Amino acid sequence: MIVLETKKLTRAYGGVVAVSEVDFQVKDGLITGLIGPNGAGKTTLFNNMTGLDTPTSGQVFYNGEEITNKSAHRICRLGIARTFQNIRLFKELSVLENVMVGLHFKTGKDPLKGRLKAAVDSYLHVRTEYDATHEKAMKWLEFFGLSEFADELARNLPYGHQRELEIARALATDPQILFLDEPAAGMNPSETESLMNTIRRIRDLGVTVVLIEHDMKLVMNICDTITVLNYGRNIAQGTPEEIRNNEQVIEAYLGKEEE
Amino acid sequence: MGSISEFFQHLMNGLTLGGIYALIALGYTMVYGILKFINFAHGDILMVGSYIGLFTFNAIRGQQMGIWTIVAFFIAMIAGMLFSAVLGVLIERIAYKPLRRATRLAPLLSAIGVSFILSNTAAWAWGTKSRKLDYPFDNTPFTIGGVAITPHQILILVVVIIMMVSLKLFVDRSRIGKAMRATSLDQDTAKLMGIKADQIIAITFAIGSALAATAGFLIALEIKVYPSMGMMTGLKAFVAAVVGGIGNISGAMLGGILLGLLETFGVALLGIPYGMRDTIAFVALIIILLIKPEGLLGKVEKEKV
Amino acid sequence: MINFILLILIYTGIYALMAIGQNLITGYVGLLSLTQAGFFAIGSYVTAILSVTYGIDFWITVPIAGILAALFGVVIGLPTLRLSGDYLAIATLGFGEIVRNILNNWDSLTNGPMGIQRIPMITVFGMKISPYAKWGFLVVVWLFVLVAFVLFERLANSRMGRALEAVREDEIAASSMGINATRYKVWAFALGAGIAGVAGSLQSTFILSVTPGVFTFMVSIMVLCMVVLGGMGNFAAVILGAFIIQFISYFPQLVGLSNIIPPQFKQILFGLILVTMMIWRPQGILGRKTRGEPAIFKRRGGKK
Repeated sequence: MIVLETKKLTRAYGGVVAVSEVDFQVKDGLITGLIGPNGAGKTTLFNNMTGLDTPTSGQVFYNGEEITNKSAHRICRLGIARTFQNIRLFKELSVLENVMVGLHFKTGKDPLKGRLKAAVDSYLHVRTEYDATHEKAMKWLEFFGLSEFADELARNLPYGHQRELEIARALATDPQILFLDEPAAGMNPSETESLMNTIRRIRDLGVTVVLIEHDMKLVMNICDTITVLNYGRNIAQGTPEEIRNNEQVIEAYLGKEEE
Repeated sequence: MGSISEFFQHLMNGLTLGGIYALIALGYTMVYGILKFINFAHGDILMVGSYIGLFTFNAIRGQQMGIWTIVAFFIAMIAGMLFSAVLGVLIERIAYKPLRRATRLAPLLSAIGVSFILSNTAAWAWGTKSRKLDYPFDNTPFTIGGVAITPHQILILVVVIIMMVSLKLFVDRSRIGKAMRATSLDQDTAKLMGIKADQIIAITFAIGSALAATAGFLIALEIKVYPSMGMMTGLKAFVAAVVGGIGNISGAMLGGILLGLLETFGVALLGIPYGMRDTIAFVALIIILLIKPEGLLGKVEKEKV
Repeated sequence: MINFILLILIYTGIYALMAIGQNLITGYVGLLSLTQAGFFAIGSYVTAILSVTYGIDFWITVPIAGILAALFGVVIGLPTLRLSGDYLAIATLGFGEIVRNILNNWDSLTNGPMGIQRIPMITVFGMKISPYAKWGFLVVVWLFVLVAFVLFERLANSRMGRALEAVREDEIAASSMGINATRYKVWAFALGAGIAGVAGSLQSTFILSVTPGVFTFMVSIMVLCMVVLGGMGNFAAVILGAFIIQFISYFPQLVGLSNIIPPQFKQILFGLILVTMMIWRPQGILGRKTRGEPAIFKRRGGKK
């Protein structure tokens, strides 16, 4: 089942077309890879699907509902979370607090009370709220093996852990789809190895994963389906096997990689 | 007097005022272009420059009015410019440079501190009473087609035009100007290309401050000088820079002139009470921020994610 | 002498309220607002006008002053808060000047530059709290500070406090976490403005008169200095900052040297404080609140 798709999505900056009429689909429960050379428009596509950028034309649908011009926080609340290419943690907050912020809108939404009442309650019972959120956040830190760093400032974490924390924070929003923008960038082989396991474990939680990545080993290993962008256009999609043997892809991308 | 000539009268007054705003706005815009930061002390650098100009002029003008008076006028103006230029560079070195890698708030707070230091030191040293430049020459207005123009207005417009044209030429044509533009586009890359960013930043502050001093001196001629003048004047010029598109040199010129016209015509034609004249600029600021936040000639800047 | 120290402490309290508001806006959300003086003025005039012209009791004017100032906060905040911090600083500064401009010119309401005199004293259970017998007034002011401190500290440790800090740290990341950044910024701005309005109410019943000349840019700068000096993001610290700044303000009179020390010196000193703190100790004297479990929770039974 398709949970997210773009229809003829185009984003132009002045005269420069970063993404051109892309039809992109994400299937429920799978790990989807989005690859392409630098400047192919991958991150732009991500930004347009997560509300950080607005398409020049075209549409985005999530579970059949159009979300094209929705703002980032609304899209997140609908169930789409993301990480960033150049890690964007809340650096001066503790590791734990970063995840607690991820839990923010979930803990603020109580179907029985409505949002204002829930907000007032969280203020009146600030300790109860803190404890409950604290507990949930700790679970996510445990999932990533980051519990021991809970009270460290996020900026003091080693690089690899910062990437993991960013994913933990995104997962705390309880998303249906998780977008990862170059999660393995800057990681050493053993860190990448453990990241692959983590991503599989995330999928096993029932979260649909979409990732941009340059590390071909990672992409070919864990993705169920891959979409290739080049010069802002969708040039291929299929299984890793199909992508590996696609003439156009080899020419545009893999060929250059092996030089 | 017909309404047409009245219109041209206001136009003339508005252009003079606007030209002064434009000169000040240039300093904000140039610094913003390079450091992405608003130099809060810019208006106070202007104030110091106009005092220095005023003192120099009074010291050297002599008794008789004549050719020397005009020469002395320009010498005084240049003295103010030089002083402000040095002051601007010093302020950058001491109060802003150490904060270049700090949070966004830090240089802004530091600049507010500098602004406070300058205006209060001036009040202490030179008194809070406002002063005016003695007329360097006869200021009897002459009329052209029913429009009264004072020699001062002509002097102001001539100085403003010379300054703007030479700045535009300098930034567009000279090597340093090119380096300035490169630095404003991407400081790190500019450094890799062998541009000494620190030097460029210093030159930018020097030029911006000198232009402000010029404007301050012209204000001394046409209006008056007092220690706290920098705040309101600076604020309005900042609004002009934003209206034109902050970071854009032509935009600052355009914004300044527009604001001058708006204030003059606002009071004269729209019946805005004179006491509320200062409000016009802020209303303009809010409106432009709401409908075209990048300004008339500015580019949309979006944070890269 | 003792009276003079009490005076300093009363002003410390009034300004501490403004500093608490500024700290929420600047220390927590990272927005540079330069208009506490404007909201302070609004609060002062609300109490002055309501109590003098309409004979309304002080205690009823306080919430009105707070709410009205908060509403103005929303009005000025909505168009500007979506933009970068630098614009906000200028726009708020302009707003403060406009407020003063209006107070000076709207004669029928504010009595222009002459201001409003003979504001009634505060009464508690039928007892007049005279500003001349300073002890009573001191207690009232510091009760306000205590309540504000507890309320704001609690807010800072709540869900909303975390969201505010997230917005300060990275607005884009925060909105990608489902946080409506603009809404939180407006809220913080309104609360910070509201508490400054309350401070204004107190000020007018302490001086028993209001004039537009009091609410200059200088007031906003003093409040900013209190926050920067004490430590951004730490409510106890900004109260300490308020005391230090008030102490500096009145130091010449305190030691009887006001004839020798020119009035500009304290202002030059405030400027120097801003510059030097930014360069050498940007976190302020006490620094930001330490991370980890908030101290107010620990006292009540520690971790589970």
